[in-house]
Amino acid sequence: MSEESKILEEVINQEYKYGFVTDVEMETIPKGLNEEIIRIISAKKNEPEFMLKWRLKAFKSWQKMKEPHWPKVKYNPVDYQNLRYYAAPKKNPELESLDEVDPELLKTYEKLGISLDEQKRLSGVAVDAVFDSVSVATTFKDKLADLGIIFGSFSDAVQNHPDLIKKYLGSVVPTTDNFFAALNAAVFSDGSFCYIPKGVRCPMELSTYFRINASETGQFERTLIIADEGSYVSYLEGCTAPMRDENQLHAAVVELVALDNAEIKYSTVQNWYPGDKDGKGGIYNFVTKRGACRGVNSKISWTQVETGSAITWKYPSVLLQGDNSIGAFYSVAMTNNYQQADTGSKMIHLGKNTKSTIISKGISAGRSDNSYRGLVRVSKKATNARNYSQCDSLLIGDKSGAHTFPYIEVKNPTAIVEHEATTSKIGEDQIFYCNQRGLSTEDAISMIVNGYCKEVFRELPMEFAVEAQNLLNVSLEGSVG
Amino acid sequence: MIEIKDLHVSVEGIEILKGINLSVKAGEIHAIMGPNGSGKSTLAHVLSGKEGYEITKGEIIYNNKNLLELLPEERAREGLFLAFQYPVEIPGISNMYFLKAGLNEIRKHRGLSEIDAIDFLALVKDKMELVEIDKKLLNRPVNEGFSGGEKKRNEIFQMAILEPKLAILDETDSGLDIDALRIVANGVNKLKNKDNSFVIITHYQRLLHYIVPDFVHVLYNGKIVKSGGKELALELEDKGYDWLKEVA
Repeated sequence: MSEESKILEEVINQEYKYGFVTDVEMETIPKGLNEEIIRIISAKKNEPEFMLKWRLKAFKSWQKMKEPHWPKVKYNPVDYQNLRYYAAPKKNPELESLDEVDPELLKTYEKLGISLDEQKRLSGVAVDAVFDSVSVATTFKDKLADLGIIFGSFSDAVQNHPDLIKKYLGSVVPTTDNFFAALNAAVFSDGSFCYIPKGVRCPMELSTYFRINASETGQFERTLIIADEGSYVSYLEGCTAPMRDENQLHAAVVELVALDNAEIKYSTVQNWYPGDKDGKGGIYNFVTKRGACRGVNSKISWTQVETGSAITWKYPSVLLQGDNSIGAFYSVAMTNNYQQADTGSKMIHLGKNTKSTIISKGISAGRSDNSYRGLVRVSKKATNARNYSQCDSLLIGDKSGAHTFPYIEVKNPTAIVEHEATTSKIGEDQIFYCNQRGLSTEDAISMIVNGYCKEVFRELPMEFAVEAQNLLNVSLEGSVG
Repeated sequence: MIEIKDLHVSVEGIEILKGINLSVKAGEIHAIMGPNGSGKSTLAHVLSGKEGYEITKGEIIYNNKNLLELLPEERAREGLFLAFQYPVEIPGISNMYFLKAGLNEIRKHRGLSEIDAIDFLALVKDKMELVEIDKKLLNRPVNEGFSGGEKKRNEIFQMAILEPKLAILDETDSGLDIDALRIVANGVNKLKNKDNSFVIITHYQRLLHYIVPDFVHVLYNGKIVKSGGKELALELEDKGYDWLKEVA
């Protein structure tokens, strides 16, 4: 191996720094999945009858479904009866203030760089922290409540705002949507809920920080965000998990609803444990994310930076129902070692004059496999629909793979749909050229990759753009073999 | 500045350079000429630290340091600059950003503070005039979509910004029209001072009409077969390279 490649190798193989385990007393339920388990979960959450019915209905449809195998990913079958579907820190999660949160948990989030102490927290960001199956703390709740904004755990919302839940839960991703969405609907234990009332512009970034801690436990959270007429919200989620040899299942559902003239910006920095350099362990990230631009002139954008997980399977989508609504998807998906990603977006044009943009940047290093899969559908009634898609792939080293699967269905002759795709490689010549101008190999790669991802990073809220860039540099460490 | 002693270099087991001896002092311009395949570019690559070359014998002392022990970026930071024969395109990074990053690495290495945006812009403006480079090229990604001549001019522009101690120009004149050639030569002449040195590698002597070398060396079949003053270049112009076969 050449000197340059050796440096690259080291850079790419940097260790996952969020791999620690928190020692906290947990309350769990027996492994396995059946009606009884679902009843237990629902009872533990003290849910109203309609929720239990909804879960059981989802479970019934799930039983009839098969695990999908069309994505270009390979993995050993998941034994759904050998998983635990509920795990929560023992201390009562019904807290009056942060002082009552288990100090071990606070320490965990401190270690992850997420301070739940409002005094210390970066101004302008409210956080909901989800630890295994439950939300353990939400910051700035009162301040947001003054504006009529509801932000907190899903469980709280079920108790305190059942009307909103009844109206919107499953309205974007129905329980029958797909195998993992059905499973999530049956067993989800918590997540974040957010409602922005009419005409309110949320003054701070809202964010949820997900942490898987327990072993042999699946994480199934659910996020529901509703932006009422003329409102605006920017939302960010981050995720990490301990290093474990076994694969862990994460099957989340995110639903967004934007009414007339409302806008939702949803950003994800996904850094679940990716497995070790030989491909052992890591999170299976099978997630359904969908937003509905239900009102006229509404706008939803998804921005994602995906660097973690052994397998990523997700297609954040937008249903463009309202006339003049706009959907956008900006993605950087980086895979290294033996990671696999099959990700992209769906833009479904239903209303008139609807517009969508897809910018996807895939980076494959090591022996990883990275696929873009996207659908642009223009229905019969969607006159003057417009889509622009750009899918770029960047290969590092010669053992990685990049694939693009674009699907386009147009049923209205006035539509304009554009698709551009490129594949490039970071060559040794480029690195040498940078070296010759004084840059180290590490800096050269990071500069080239960051230049390549610029269009997507630009869409992230400022403080997270920096985090995303750092994350990418860490994930890149050692990426040429 | 640099002292090359009995340098032998192989590529995949085939010896390309067969004992090069060359000494370049501060303030000197040396021209290395020779037919295709004589080992000119190999020499440039070995000096700048490109991979894929096996040094089987000899040493290179650069400003009292063992050059062959330094990484390519360390050589660059020590003031060694290579103007590439085929400059590489780097999409997504603007020319300016790239240069500023490189300059700051070099400054850091010399114990200087990083240059700020305002000073950098002033420096760019100053050097831009020197090489008559189009302003538009500065904000475009490094070399992407540049014409052959623009790429070469960009190399000289980078050289002007980075102010190397030893600049190696690897066939910078090839593929240039006469105007571009004049601009490139002008750049070198203006940058030249008593503390820096240039090694100009060229197949043709025409560049040497504009840059007057202190020494001319003829490289043939991996060896320097003849050295002399600037008049040697003229001799080559008349006779071509064929007569060398007899000398070698």
